[in-house]
Amino acid sequence: MKTSHIINAAQAIQQAILNNESTLESLDREIGDGDHFINMKRGANTIVEMQAELATLTPDAALNKIGMKLLSTIGGASGPLLASFFMSMGKTLKENGDDSQLKIAAAFAAGVQAIIQRGKADIGEKTMLDVLIPVSNQLVLLAAQNCETQKICTSLTSVAEAGMLSTKNLIATKGRAAGLGERAIGHIDPGAKSCQLMVEAVCKRILLEA
Amino acid sequence: MKKFINKTDDILKESLSGFATAHADLVSLHLEPNFLTRKTKAQNKVAIISGGGSGHEPLHAGYIGNGMLDAACPGHVFTSPTPDQMLAAAESVYADKGILFIVKNYAGDVMNFEMAAEMLPFEHATVLTSDDCAVINSTYTTGRRGVAGTVIVEKCVGSLAESGADLQSCKTLGDKVNQRTASIGVALTSCTVPAAGRPTFDISETELEMGVGIHGEPGRKRESMREADEIVIEMAEAILADFKAKDLSLNQQEALLLVNGFGATPQMELYLIYHAATKLFTAHGITISRALVGNYVTALEMAGASITLCLLDDEIKRHWDSPVHTSALRWGV
Repeated sequence: MKTSHIINAAQAIQQAILNNESTLESLDREIGDGDHFINMKRGANTIVEMQAELATLTPDAALNKIGMKLLSTIGGASGPLLASFFMSMGKTLKENGDDSQLKIAAAFAAGVQAIIQRGKADIGEKTMLDVLIPVSNQLVLLAAQNCETQKICTSLTSVAEAGMLSTKNLIATKGRAAGLGERAIGHIDPGAKSCQLMVEAVCKRILLEA
Repeated sequence: MKKFINKTDDILKESLSGFATAHADLVSLHLEPNFLTRKTKAQNKVAIISGGGSGHEPLHAGYIGNGMLDAACPGHVFTSPTPDQMLAAAESVYADKGILFIVKNYAGDVMNFEMAAEMLPFEHATVLTSDDCAVINSTYTTGRRGVAGTVIVEKCVGSLAESGADLQSCKTLGDKVNQRTASIGVALTSCTVPAAGRPTFDISETELEMGVGIHGEPGRKRESMREADEIVIEMAEAILADFKAKDLSLNQQEALLLVNGFGATPQMELYLIYHAATKLFTAHGITISRALVGNYVTALEMAGASITLCLLDDEIKRHWDSPVHTSALRWGV
């Protein structure tokens, strides 16, 4: 893994967020309070703006830096959750190294685990975890099978899509939509949507580089 | 969208600067990270810090001052502040007796304050407010939201801290006030988050949204608009049912009634609601002996109001009545 991969991924994520302004805004208006896109944009822009600084760091240090920066930039629920993901992923890479697909997959899984702990949420609660948990499981599985990168990226893109769509028929038990009860049914969770967009953007970018 | 704005990105900073200048006798503003403190630092007391998304003014900065908060951390509009703000505020107001965070129970606020607490080098505790009885509580969900009742918690805990009480006593009182307080809100219109530029939800002339929080998020259900008395009956019943579920007796109970405007409802209507609610609660054997009517926890320019009932005991009453000197609440000074 190289830090340039992280920077390229951050640029891809920024584009994906900006390209989906109206989708994210309308989802959050339906079952949230209308600030999700603004917060995600602020986070993505901040990370891309610090790319020169990130470029001087090792991948694990860059991920940790991203986490710290997001923690003080995004706010809301997304801030601590995404920050926990990046800091934990960075920590795991630092401890175990980043010289194999499996190690990177394990670090991603550790990041998702940190979100689970911080948010005290699990799959099926109509949150970003409905995308991230299946993606993480699939990534670890395919990496362990020594799958080629191309196949992993294609698979993760569709797993993310399915996870995002699965939130549509769920009642929210965590997060801002938890007050809505059955009224949340029929609406895709905005946090799940933005995570799906990020997974898709990063996979697309990796495919492009490969 | 029609609002008094120069640049959307500058709203918060310009508004905070105006607030700090207008109330320069009471507060000091610190920028990057953003937090406000009392003008004169209190000595040897538990430092009370609250915070949350902006757009709920006068919550929380309006409650900084003698007898209430030591500091407040404002986030972006409807977005929780970040841990660096809480840490900087705590460093600034720590007065040798620990830090008490008062946090409204919203996922973002809870997580950001939790991360700040984990990094805090001082003894600390947190009171989570969850007075909104529109949300059905459950161990498995985010749970009830903290709404207008937060003001009563901040007032009482602030008073106790001023008397030199220790951290645990302040937390215990805060938890007690929260437990004895129930709120429910109703919205007649939506609000517009400035950076989003359009109303958060659509609602027609003939509809109301029952059980809203304080962010223009949808509530318990959409209902048809009707006479004020009928709306107040539904709200009061939810509150009474909540106290019953908690096994709190209401007969001959003294209470504080807070009728809170969400930003665009005139005082005239708020007092009309107060009139209706008082009659209802009195009929249930409750004596309304304390009142607060006005815009205390708002949701930008949303039209609507919340009703909060706090069951008083001698301790809560004493701390509610004690002197307070903030920009939004002021008596006995």
